[in-house]
Amino acid sequence: MPAKKIRVLIAKPGLDGHDRGAKVICRALRDAGMEVIYTGLRRTPEEIVNAAIQEDADLIGLSILSGAHPILFPRIVKLLKEKGAGDIPVIAGGIIPEKDIPRMKKAGIREIFLPGTSTRDIIAWIRKHIEKGEKNPKNPLTGKL
Amino acid sequence: MKNRRQKGPDIKKAYEKWKNSRYSKALTGCDPLRPFTTVSGREIKELYTPADLPDFDFFRDLNFPGEYPFTRGIHPTMHRGRLWTMRQFSGFGTAEDTNRRYKYLLAHGQTGLSVAFHLPTLMGIDSDHPLAKGEVGKCGVAVDSLADMEVLFRGIPLDKITTSMTINAPAAVLWAMYIAVAEKQGLSPKAISGTIQNDILKEYIAQKTFVFPPRPSMKLIVDTFEYGAREVPRWNTISISGYHIREAGATAVQELAFTLRDGIEYVIWGLERGLEIDEFAPRLSFFFNSHNDFFEEIAKFRAARKIWAEVMRNRFRARNPRSWWLRFHTQTSGVSLMAQKPYNNVVRVAVQALAAVLGGTQSLHTNSLDETYALPSEDAVTIALRTQQILAYESGVVNTIDPLGGSYFVEALTKEMEAEANSYIRKIDDMGGMVRAIEMGFPQKEIADSAYRYQKAVDAKEKIVVGVNAFEMRHEPIPILEIDEAVARQQLARLREVKKSRGKAAVKRSLSDLKKAAQDDRNLMPHLLKCVKAYATLGEIMDALKDVFGEYEEPVAF
Repeated sequence: MPAKKIRVLIAKPGLDGHDRGAKVICRALRDAGMEVIYTGLRRTPEEIVNAAIQEDADLIGLSILSGAHPILFPRIVKLLKEKGAGDIPVIAGGIIPEKDIPRMKKAGIREIFLPGTSTRDIIAWIRKHIEKGEKNPKNPLTGKL
Repeated sequence: MKNRRQKGPDIKKAYEKWKNSRYSKALTGCDPLRPFTTVSGREIKELYTPADLPDFDFFRDLNFPGEYPFTRGIHPTMHRGRLWTMRQFSGFGTAEDTNRRYKYLLAHGQTGLSVAFHLPTLMGIDSDHPLAKGEVGKCGVAVDSLADMEVLFRGIPLDKITTSMTINAPAAVLWAMYIAVAEKQGLSPKAISGTIQNDILKEYIAQKTFVFPPRPSMKLIVDTFEYGAREVPRWNTISISGYHIREAGATAVQELAFTLRDGIEYVIWGLERGLEIDEFAPRLSFFFNSHNDFFEEIAKFRAARKIWAEVMRNRFRARNPRSWWLRFHTQTSGVSLMAQKPYNNVVRVAVQALAAVLGGTQSLHTNSLDETYALPSEDAVTIALRTQQILAYESGVVNTIDPLGGSYFVEALTKEMEAEANSYIRKIDDMGGMVRAIEMGFPQKEIADSAYRYQKAVDAKEKIVVGVNAFEMRHEPIPILEIDEAVARQQLARLREVKKSRGKAAVKRSLSDLKKAAQDDRNLMPHLLKCVKAYATLGEIMDALKDVFGEYEEPVAF
């Protein structure tokens, strides 16, 4: 029996309409054998989280170039947890200043891919972390996400 | 020309002989062999000769600058008579912040203004809208009402400068605000000059800041053509833009073809309104990208002028030579700039800017080295402006007009791109026009295909990007402009103040008159002017129009 395909939700939060990168990633992941669901533009954190749960996504990829990530990324992670889907890993790409990265990771974004990243590296990251069914790790002390 | 036809076959034979014996043999010793293609994937030959221009006719294909078909430039003097306008796209934070930047740029020799609005303004929503959270003042300046526009141009006499505004879905509203500011400065709308981008077709195709569905959007644009031709005659009521089409991943030919076909669509809609072609065509302007591939870009600019002149004269029977002119602004390619080693971007921008100048641009924005990270810092934008000044005053490239005219390569490339663009244009004609093609998703898919092809070529290192997939170095961060969250607080405070201090009855009346005019399909410009002068906010005005026009929901595809 073939292995279950990895299901990825590619989402565009924020008001910007720059979807070149998101669409390229969608195609690259699809060509790498993953199932890709693309939300389209200007999705609110609520819409993205609902879509991820409904689509039973193994991973959420956020693409944003507007500069609103400091507000929107933590909100998305928080909503996932509130809706009991805090185990779905979230990765991101776009225009995210390096100095914001530690803050975004602390807020729960697993990995941030900066401009110039090869789609091959992103595919490799996903295979490494998701193929073996890896979810967001639980805190060993509390057992919570 | 007779001479050349007789000589042609000889040169062709001699060329084949040279290629097969001398060139190919010598090349086998060279390593590594790599594909010689442009950034758009176009194959380029090792050498061009008169054999590549078998039917070339100087008067038909080139002619003199300022003469039809304007391949060599629309003005007889080109940059000898007047340099291109150095126009840096700029806007961030509050209107006060941006007003200070404008005064700085004007003091340093910039010759025109170009307004970058923040995303909520581009989307026609106010800063207090839930979707504006985190976006206020980030990608441009926050403008919610006439009060912001007054601050934005405070102390800048609008009859002494020209202003370009990058605004599309709500373009008519922001233009009304600008006209109102001019009137407050005591100026007649006939005395002001500038450009609104106002090109909604490329929003559906590429940049995606749309609000209304295509057909009512086109109506609003034709309203501005009609109003501008009569009331604001020195204003360019549209800047038909290939820039964003290219940034979204199009090839050079796709940029050329889709932009010109958009132009044709606007002309068709204007004529359907009953406007005379020569009444509005001279105010149509264009906006192109200048990407990395130097010669392909120059050929693109030259081909664009020639195709447009022919379309306007032959297809639309325009008689005023000004209607035949393709006047254009250029911006260097944002997507070609790299986050890795950002100082390398200065060199990329210089090469791209040179292509725009040699291509005969009327105005130019040079990107700043830090624009892969954020809006430019003052230092970075100064280097970008100095790049233009060095080209203009030191390089000597302005001394003669169209210096590459007559180059076998550039002429062959110009003809090749012209033919390919015309074939795309015919294809879209056959689909029933650009609005129809957009509804079918045609240009969107063509662009996404090209973007993906390019990314695969970069990932496979078939295309080299210095500092990214070759010659990588350790990364060192550079200082970047940060927009404080205090900007949002200040902006929201002003918006509250405006809403409190304005005459509520006048706002209500102007908005309901606007809606009525939209329902009756009247020209909306006079009504928009009344709304903005009553300090109705952008969001309120757009909401009133959404009630009548509806909103566009893009089909999701990749």
